Amino acid sequence: MAKSAPAPPDAAIEARGLTKVFGDRYALRGVDLSVGRGEHLVIFGPNGAGKTTLVKILATLVKPSSGDVWLDGSNLRARPELVRRKLSLVSHQTFLYDNLTVYENLRFYGRMYGIPDLERNIREVAARVQLETRLHQRAGTLSHGLQRRAAIARAVLHDPPILFLDEPEAGLDPRATSVVREILGSVNTGERTVIITTHNLERGLELGDRVVILHRGQVVFQAPRREVDAAGFRRVYDRCTGAGR
Amino acid sequence: MLGQVITILWKDIQTELRTKEVITSVLVFALLVLVIFVFAFGIGESPVNEVTPGILWAALTFGGILGGNRIFAVEKENSRLEGLMLCPVDRAVIYWGKLAGNFVFMLFVAAVVTPVFLALFNLPLFLPALPPVILLAVAGFAAAGTLFAAVAINTRARDIMLPLLFLPVAVPVIVAAVEATGLVLAGRPWGEMLIWLQIMAAFDIIYLVASTLVFEFVIEE
Repeated sequence: MAKSAPAPPDAAIEARGLTKVFGDRYALRGVDLSVGRGEHLVIFGPNGAGKTTLVKILATLVKPSSGDVWLDGSNLRARPELVRRKLSLVSHQTFLYDNLTVYENLRFYGRMYGIPDLERNIREVAARVQLETRLHQRAGTLSHGLQRRAAIARAVLHDPPILFLDEPEAGLDPRATSVVREILGSVNTGERTVIITTHNLERGLELGDRVVILHRGQVVFQAPRREVDAAGFRRVYDRCTGAGR
Repeated sequence: MLGQVITILWKDIQTELRTKEVITSVLVFALLVLVIFVFAFGIGESPVNEVTPGILWAALTFGGILGGNRIFAVEKENSRLEGLMLCPVDRAVIYWGKLAGNFVFMLFVAAVVTPVFLALFNLPLFLPALPPVILLAVAGFAAAGTLFAAVAINTRARDIMLPLLFLPVAVPVIVAAVEATGLVLAGRPWGEMLIWLQIMAAFDIIYLVASTLVFEFVIEE
């Protein structure tokens, strides 16, 4: 079997020829993607475009049918545990246990990641997401917005260099959305590489350094953010995805 | 690895202590099965016969299926299984963590149901040869049950799917447990039930090794 070439050293994420087939349905068809360190990439696409499948493959939750992925230079197939230590995922599901307190949830995940000085880390992260006063409240009793904040705390507790945000604002009311945006802004600083999937064109354009449109499992458009304006991008999106026809 | 297995086990125990969902439902179900058999067979007066050991293991087996379903359902809700799968641990750690919880809960249920069973059927309460039989059988149930619960959880009819998958595979352990329990209740010597204990131990190892190897494929697709 031919050995695939190593990932470029400057890429935080490198995906080559990613294909995923569920039964006889193609969710992804040969996706190539390269994301630089510290880059914020926004993936747009209609329902069923393959955004969540792509994120799940990159986050090691689903194995690709074919193709290769490197995260921070490590091959996903060869060293999945090492790769997982470098990434995290925030989705519209919080992954929290309703009957445990926010503190117990964070302690559970912290122990699973083997985080040293866990108590201090939990306090610091809780302060960043403004949940210090809710640490000992059961996660299931929090509002959706507060649960999403706790989910962000869980995701950044081990300070991953790569963060996936799979429609992180889905299902939130406008007030909770704006608070979550603010918190995501505060955690997505420095050298952290971020991949965001969203339906919301305006919001997505605010967040990214580069934009990608995924349609029917294929990358149909990509460009640096500075090269697209909102109105022009809307037209490109409609043309690429057939929206509005 | 052991630290993370214990972390998952402790999380399950902590959750169960608050909700009491698994223990209560399994315990009530298993005790109801016993009571139904008492009324159906009216065996209280004849301490040991051919069906008595089967009654105990029918109660524990069906109770165990109920518990096995529930213990994985909690990970399916809110996609918590994905949260576990994101952790930088081998998939086998997740299996062993859930298995440990399943084993502890089933053992607790057996520890309550067995004395009730012995009392209902007018049998001696102190039977030192019975705990090893229960330990080995429950270990086998938990090992196979945890794997098949993970399979069933991704199907639409998971409540029906688990017994359909689990029972045919668990038959050797159920048969061995029933036979060994029959010998214990009849006051036979250890030597006679050794073969059944060995059969259970062998199947426990097979279930554990096979489940550890295939669990990754079960939860990833």
